[in-house]
Amino acid sequence: MLLDPTFLAIQFLNGLQLASLLFLLAVGLSVVFGLMGFINLAHGTLYMIGAYIGLSVARSTGSFWLALVAAPVAVALLGMVFHVVLLRHMQAASPMKQVLVTFGLIFVGLDSVRYIWGNYSHGIDLPAVLAGGVSVLGETYPIYRLFIIGLGLAVLAALHWGLERTRLGALVRAGVDDRETAAALGIDVGLAFFAVFCLGCALAGLAGVVAAPVLSVYPGMDMSVLILTLIVVVIGGPGSLKGAALGALVIGMAQTFGQVLVPALASVMIYAVMAAVLLARPGGLVRARHG
Amino acid sequence: MLAIEDLHVWYGSSHVIQGLSLTVPAGGAVALLGRNGAGKTTTLRAIMGLVARRGGRVRLDGRGLESLPPHRIARAGIAYVPESRGIFPSLSVLENLTVAARGTGWSLERVFETFPSLTERRDHGGGALSGGEQQMLAIARALMTNARLLILDEPTEGLAPLVVGEIETLLAGLKETGLGILLVEQNLAFATALADTVHVLGKGRIRWRGDGTELAGVPEITRDWLGV
Ligand SMILES: Nc1ncnc2c1ncn2[C@@H]1O[C@H](COP(=O)(O)OP(=O)(O)OP(=O)(O)O)[C@@H](O)[C@H]1O
Ligand SMILES: [Mg+2]
Repeated sequence: MLLDPTFLAIQFLNGLQLASLLFLLAVGLSVVFGLMGFINLAHGTLYMIGAYIGLSVARSTGSFWLALVAAPVAVALLGMVFHVVLLRHMQAASPMKQVLVTFGLIFVGLDSVRYIWGNYSHGIDLPAVLAGGVSVLGETYPIYRLFIIGLGLAVLAALHWGLERTRLGALVRAGVDDRETAAALGIDVGLAFFAVFCLGCALAGLAGVVAAPVLSVYPGMDMSVLILTLIVVVIGGPGSLKGAALGALVIGMAQTFGQVLVPALASVMIYAVMAAVLLARPGGLVRARHG
Repeated sequence: MLAIEDLHVWYGSSHVIQGLSLTVPAGGAVALLGRNGAGKTTTLRAIMGLVARRGGRVRLDGRGLESLPPHRIARAGIAYVPESRGIFPSLSVLENLTVAARGTGWSLERVFETFPSLTERRDHGGGALSGGEQQMLAIARALMTNARLLILDEPTEGLAPLVVGEIETLLAGLKETGLGILLVEQNLAFATALADTVHVLGKGRIRWRGDGTELAGVPEITRDWLGV
């Protein structure tokens, strides 16, 4: 059964689907950590809030598509406010202070979500086009999971294009290459990085609303992904788009195949993979251009 | 145009610039000379707002720049060509120019006309250029900001004589157009050929000022503060 090609193909798709979600989450965290040296542990909280906002929008308007747009926008706005009132003042602070403050934000987020949406678990209904299944090597596979894979790939392609082909992308690369020279040429590096931070928040919100139909929405859903996301960032190599994608792929596959092939060791598997990667490449799979 | 009054800079507890005053008149070219470690780069970085602790006044056409962040100082009308050239390696030659583009006067077309060697390399990575090409790109990029004052830190350092000659012709041409120039150099001949006024910096203070011919008449200044 284990080597049945259909089974392996299905698990491979499941691994890709998880990798896709992890990528959406990790890319913002990784880039903010890599570019600004800022550790935002509350990144998972943004994911949870994205899921809840998506839930509310989908329920009140009946449109999943609207939720898919509204959640990232709302979370980006929230991230913007957080940055302006709190995080911006923490950028020069020691990593330990950043960890403590953003760790505190996790609990603020948790209680706020409980207060607004209650302590229950919810799901989001899918639109008809995404609700069915398609045949994969004779097995029925949910269309929605393929949609998640496609979305992850589309976001990866869009980010790559944005970084390599747009003016904002060039400004960000210039700021990463040589922050002082960029500033001395009149480039507002802080503003460019702030835009990247907001984009990272939006993607965390997107991950939340996208995950809602497959994983249920409940207070604390952020904690279950935060650890995986941090591992993705660390093994991918902070600050690198390619690294976030590669790290998400490795962890998505390790988690999925670990669970079906060696269920007893599944939770250890991830850490074993992380340890192995870091022993071989202490800086992560992909080295960002600059420290 | 640029007026620096009583500039002080500290690195930790070491007082590196100790009350430096200097003016660059509109459209003029001024050179700042000095030995290794005299504080030339530090002075330029202080003008651009790139040092942590400084005192004194820096004004551009009467406007105080001391409290502005570096990108605002640049936008006020100063373009900086750093000692390391500061070419962005992950940007193409074209992108190195376009990220700095601001205002009118120097456009991409005009820059490529003035720097034909960059035209051929427009799609190459910034890291793939030779030293001379990097210096040309750094100057071209500074021009793209359409600043009124160009600040250059040792533009001839490590370059072949032929390229130094090209840069001299180029800067002389730019000066003709009315661009103000503040030049840091160790190459005495290059600096005196270009600059109307020469300032000799030693141990954090201006030790002498005058023009190129006057400098030739004071060998003790050259001996004590320039070491040539
Ligand atoms: N970031 C720094 N921290 C501490 N001291 C510094 C720093 N940068 C420069 N210095 C010191 O300040 C003094 C002036 O340095 P600066 O780089 O301005 O000299 P310079 O005239 O540009 O020399 P060079 O001709 O070698 O470029 C030197 O003694 C140098 O060691
Ligand atoms: Mg220097």
